[in-house]
Amino acid sequence: MGEVLIETKGISKEFSGVRVLDNIDIGIERGEIFGIIGENGAGKSTLVKILSGIYTPTGGKIFFEDKEVEIKDPLHAKVIGISIIPQEFNLINELNVYENIFLGSEITRKGFLNTREMKKRTISLLEELKKSIDPEEKIERLSVAQKQMVEIAKAIAYDSKLLIMDEPTTVLTLNEIEILFDLMSSLKERGVTIIYISHKLKEVRNICDRVMVLRDGQMISVSQTGEVDEEEMAKRMVGRELSQIFPNKVSPSDEVIFEVENLTISGLLENISFSLHKGEILGFAGLVGAGRTELAEAIIGIRKKDSSKISIKGKPVEIKSPNDAVKNKIAYLSEDRQGSGILTSFDLIKNTTLISLPAYSKILINSKKEREKTKKYVDKFNIRAASLKTKLEFFSGGNQQKVSLAKSLDPEPEIFIFDEPTRGIDVNAKREIYRFMNELVKEGVSCILISSELEEIIGMCNRVVVMKEGRITGILEGEHINEEEIMLHATGLKGVA
Amino acid sequence: MAGENVKRRFEYERFGPLIALAILFVISAVASPYFLQTQNLLNILRQVSYTGIIALGMTFVIISGGIDLSVGSMVALVGGVVILALNWLLSVFGEGGEAWAILFALIIGLLFGAGLGALNGLMVTIGKIAPFIATLGTMAIFRSMALYIGSAGVFRSESNLFPDLGMGRVLGIPNPVVVFISLAVIFAIILNKTRYGRYLCAVGSNPKVAMYSAIKVNLTRFISYVAVGITVGFSAVFLSARLNSMSSTNGGMNYELDAIAAVIIGGTPMTGGAGSILGTVIGAITLGIINNMLNMLGVSPYLQGTVKGVVIIGAVLIQRKRSQ
Ligand SMILES: Nc1ncnc2c1ncn2[C@@H]1O[C@H](COP(=O)(O)OP(=O)(O)OP(=O)(O)O)[C@@H](O)[C@H]1O
Ligand SMILES: [Mg+2]
Repeated sequence: MGEVLIETKGISKEFSGVRVLDNIDIGIERGEIFGIIGENGAGKSTLVKILSGIYTPTGGKIFFEDKEVEIKDPLHAKVIGISIIPQEFNLINELNVYENIFLGSEITRKGFLNTREMKKRTISLLEELKKSIDPEEKIERLSVAQKQMVEIAKAIAYDSKLLIMDEPTTVLTLNEIEILFDLMSSLKERGVTIIYISHKLKEVRNICDRVMVLRDGQMISVSQTGEVDEEEMAKRMVGRELSQIFPNKVSPSDEVIFEVENLTISGLLENISFSLHKGEILGFAGLVGAGRTELAEAIIGIRKKDSSKISIKGKPVEIKSPNDAVKNKIAYLSEDRQGSGILTSFDLIKNTTLISLPAYSKILINSKKEREKTKKYVDKFNIRAASLKTKLEFFSGGNQQKVSLAKSLDPEPEIFIFDEPTRGIDVNAKREIYRFMNELVKEGVSCILISSELEEIIGMCNRVVVMKEGRITGILEGEHINEEEIMLHATGLKGVA
Repeated sequence: MAGENVKRRFEYERFGPLIALAILFVISAVASPYFLQTQNLLNILRQVSYTGIIALGMTFVIISGGIDLSVGSMVALVGGVVILALNWLLSVFGEGGEAWAILFALIIGLLFGAGLGALNGLMVTIGKIAPFIATLGTMAIFRSMALYIGSAGVFRSESNLFPDLGMGRVLGIPNPVVVFISLAVIFAIILNKTRYGRYLCAVGSNPKVAMYSAIKVNLTRFISYVAVGITVGFSAVFLSARLNSMSSTNGGMNYELDAIAAVIIGGTPMTGGAGSILGTVIGAITLGIINNMLNMLGVSPYLQGTVKGVVIIGAVLIQRKRSQ
């Protein structure tokens, strides 16, 4: 076919003696969209970090435009034409949108910053992504989806020959994903090469020309996406046959355990009322901006509510802080893993017991108990870590997510609010998490599942609340839980808004 | 195998300041025959204990992501108030009750220090003022209050017993050193073995994650300022006891610099989120040995600040190298 843009020969990487990438040989053509898939911790991010100058390989060579190159750092990568949208946000919270986009490559005029030009370019970049975000908005005030879009804008601001995307769609909704795919197609037409990492195998099949499977740092296969279906991809990733994705639904009891009436936050949420049964999985679907995360944050006491009546087992409760939520046995798994879920500078044990620490200490912390409990989660969720004392910053994205889950779970909640629980998690681990949720509801725990993956909502939930712009447009049950009904309610074409 | 490697690097990081201290110790012993005399070593420990005690509390504040610049002025103010209180208590308790008067004055000093710390803590948490600015303000306020109350002179105690508290020894070890070591043990246990210590690191590392994890972020921060206030209380009482007086102009001058320097040399990052009490103790002793050596070698006292500065900057540089 076409001409090869980037080629690797025998790329390997070791972290303190452990080999996480082993002799990777790939050649990617100009204008190709090249997919990389693999389990959590397989080495996908490590590989692309090497290609974009964040890590230096332990061994092997990289050829870019037929010349051997030694990519020194991310800036050098940018200069030769490689940019990356990293898996974890790399934006500076205190700076605003345009300052972040042009960080390190500021536009100047006569030695002074040309802010007007940068703002103008920012607006047009975001327009290309069909996003209207104020270029002067501080990053910390943006939602995760908006941050992701800024991260994308930042990568395309610099005309690059190779654009690497490490799980760009995990935090985006269908609509935004479509916009991104359109953008990718038009970049491809312009001859830009794209490396695309995702756990959403359907996406990979649709958008990529070829796909590489990594397993434990080894290259398993490279094939045309037309030649492998999703099942085959999953099989190659895991190295064995996989069972059905979603377990059979469990019917909840009639007992209402949790009830919210007329929850309002002016400008964000209006008159939200719903009830949760014991042992139920109640889904929350909607587009970005529907207010689902805001609702969860209001319930657990992070956002001030203007009015609301919340009761647990029929008794009214006041939840004014996350501490009250924990006391009332409510757990929340945040959608923003690094922003509000885990402490990257803490080790595995300290993260796992952060919320439930009172259970491990009278006066002094019982570290033996902590260690034993953490080991259980490592086995249960198959968390891959060098040791229990390894800091979370050295974990792969998916493994961080598993720790985040263990942390929310450890206080043994009766009501569990999952906000995008399978974000960044590989197919196999996803199955395990679904099975695990199923076990939870069998034990009588009641779950709220906020998710942008309709498949997950449809496959797991007993009932589905659909929200649009801060209001509930419908509560679906039984055969009404299908993609069409959910989308009609989410866009407001059906239901009372 | 990976675990082992990670561990070794971690240990090296932890023992870096200790290794530096050991090297300094050996050099000093070789350079001066007097250095190793017990009396000299105890002297060094006594000299560093006043700022060392404060550095313990400062470690907590810095781990929480804050800083306290007001501790030096606070020493003068608390010391002055302790002496005024002592003089008054002496008249209340009369001849026989001098020991009681001193005990109460000590308690007043600790409570007053805690109160001033609480004031800083409130401004930082409820008032949402940046710690650097809030404590820069109180640094000026506390000094000016001390000057005003003491008419810019020296607070003098009328007690004959008070100096015994400052000069006394337990098993041959000077009292302030005993206090320094005991407090260091307590602070280390709190930091490493209790919930509060864990929360302190969490808050300093990422306050948002801490908040989502049901940790009371403001309370945790507030307590760290109260803790440093209490350490200032101890320091002020033992310093004024030693001198049987406290100068409103010079008392505690530049203590904030030494306390912060001890924390930094001990390897606690200024960005917060982690830290070590053992490191801070080592940092304080390192500073003391450097001063002692410079004195013994007859280096001009004016140059000692330069050496101190170079050591601080060097320590930070080494730490940054290592963490990369
Ligand atoms: N800086 C680091 N130090 C030590 N180990 C690391 C570091 N970065 C990654 N690793 C380890 O290398 C392995 C591969 O990680 P990588 O991030 O490449 O996985 P990934 O395939 O991107 O997974 P995910 O799907 O979860 O994002 C993991 O076992 C991880 O723990
Ligand atoms: Mg990754």
